[in-house]
Amino acid sequence: MQSLKDQICVVGIGETPFRRLKEPDGTNLSIQLKACEAAIADAGLTNKDIDCILPMEGVAHSEEIAVNLGIDDLRYQATVRIAAAAPAAHIMAGGMAIHAGICSYALVPAGWYGYSGSIRVRQVMAENPMVFSGGPTARDFYYPHGMNVPPQWFSFMCRYHMNKYGTTREQLGAVALTFRKHAQKNPHALMHGRPMTMEDYLGCRMISDPYCLFDCSLECDGACAFVVTTLERARDLKQKPVYLMGFGQGQPYPADDLSNRTDILEMGVTKAAPRAFEMAGITHKDIDFAEIYDAFGFQVIEQLEEMGFCKRGEGGPFVEGGRIEIGGELPVNTHGGLMSEGHVLGMNHIIEAVKQLRGDAGDHQVKDAEIGLVTGYGDFQDGSVVILRR
Amino acid sequence: MTEKGSQSYWKPLPLLEGTSGEFYGFCKNRELRFQRCTGCGKWRHVPRDMCAECGSWEWEWAKSSGRGKLFTWTVVTLAMYPAFKDEVPYAVALIEMEEGPRIVSRIVDVPPEDLTMDMPLEVFFEDVTDEVTLPKFRRASS
Repeated sequence: MQSLKDQICVVGIGETPFRRLKEPDGTNLSIQLKACEAAIADAGLTNKDIDCILPMEGVAHSEEIAVNLGIDDLRYQATVRIAAAAPAAHIMAGGMAIHAGICSYALVPAGWYGYSGSIRVRQVMAENPMVFSGGPTARDFYYPHGMNVPPQWFSFMCRYHMNKYGTTREQLGAVALTFRKHAQKNPHALMHGRPMTMEDYLGCRMISDPYCLFDCSLECDGACAFVVTTLERARDLKQKPVYLMGFGQGQPYPADDLSNRTDILEMGVTKAAPRAFEMAGITHKDIDFAEIYDAFGFQVIEQLEEMGFCKRGEGGPFVEGGRIEIGGELPVNTHGGLMSEGHVLGMNHIIEAVKQLRGDAGDHQVKDAEIGLVTGYGDFQDGSVVILRR
Repeated sequence: MTEKGSQSYWKPLPLLEGTSGEFYGFCKNRELRFQRCTGCGKWRHVPRDMCAECGSWEWEWAKSSGRGKLFTWTVVTLAMYPAFKDEVPYAVALIEMEEGPRIVSRIVDVPPEDLTMDMPLEVFFEDVTDEVTLPKFRRASS
């Protein structure tokens, strides 16, 4: 089997401003179209060059994106149904289709009015609790007990980890503080200009104990998009290409029920990371920075362990002492992450990795960044891992 | 929305269909039952069509002792569904039953700060509407 290593490149990136509006000033579709236009222009392409679209489940459909951009001959479209693990997975899904000669340029968008739009969602929920029923497992066995939203689901794993390994709130705080610190170097981040201390963190109100407000990602109105093509085509385009070295995708088992997993800490990335490292032919020591899906701070500790950056139970001490800061051994979420830049479905992690590898990250640039790792995380801990190089 | 007496019930409810409906039917009769494969004897929850261990389509609804221990939990202080607002703070827990399956439920008679890993718990049943009875947990009587 011919490896896809170094055969597929990210050649264009686009993003809208990240905001927290009182009311949406567009739709989930229109905000993504703006990011798509920016990504296509960044690549030096025209809309009609795009012949494959991989949109994320729930926020847009490829047909409505294609018709707005005037793409009248879409050769392929697909959506990997692993929620917010999809954007990273779509690099590979698009890459496979391109490498097989099915299409030439794949456009991957994601974005939403995740802040102003969610106010409306809550209003609807207040009127009829059955509207948001989720999958059958959650609907029938979690929701009736008041376990309805992600901070409640995933704090189960955090509590277990704290009980078993002695992980502390100060260690969770180290994750939040690191990302907030990075956001101070990134004018695009929602939390730019709003630094945080450990005292702020420990004094913050609880949401679903052990998760406090500052353990949670920031709802955000924003969208991002990127364009993927072959190595050969990438050479003739406007930007310095970023190469896909390795990819892995995985799900914990059973994927649809987080309560009856033999190993409660198993995640999608537990399986995905070894696949990505094997394909890339490198080890953890070769990674210069990592953009890790941080819906919640503990899930960064959990993913670092599950991907093998440290042993299980050692993730708490691992994130302390500046190791994951820019300038540290493994800078993590150099843009501020979902927790301090904004929750744009993990798409912003890919955009940030590409900026780092182009050397375009400005004040939050990791010096001499050559290889970066990005994770996606969605649903009940599905995972995707991509390893990119300059 | 469903009615219980003259009271409106605004919280999410299970859809009483298929094997989920059967599970809640037993709860209404004050019984906690899980599927047990008649091929290999493996207990399971949530309900499934097939046994993941041996591939059998045959199962029985086997009665649980109702006793288990606290596996992990979260203490909800911000109600995301407005209907749970009057209940915060409340503990949602994952309970590992003696037979093996784990179940998501609520612990009602223990203050959240007194919860400890592996604490022994036992099931009881609460009729939340005329149709739906939820299994809930309290400290096990010794």
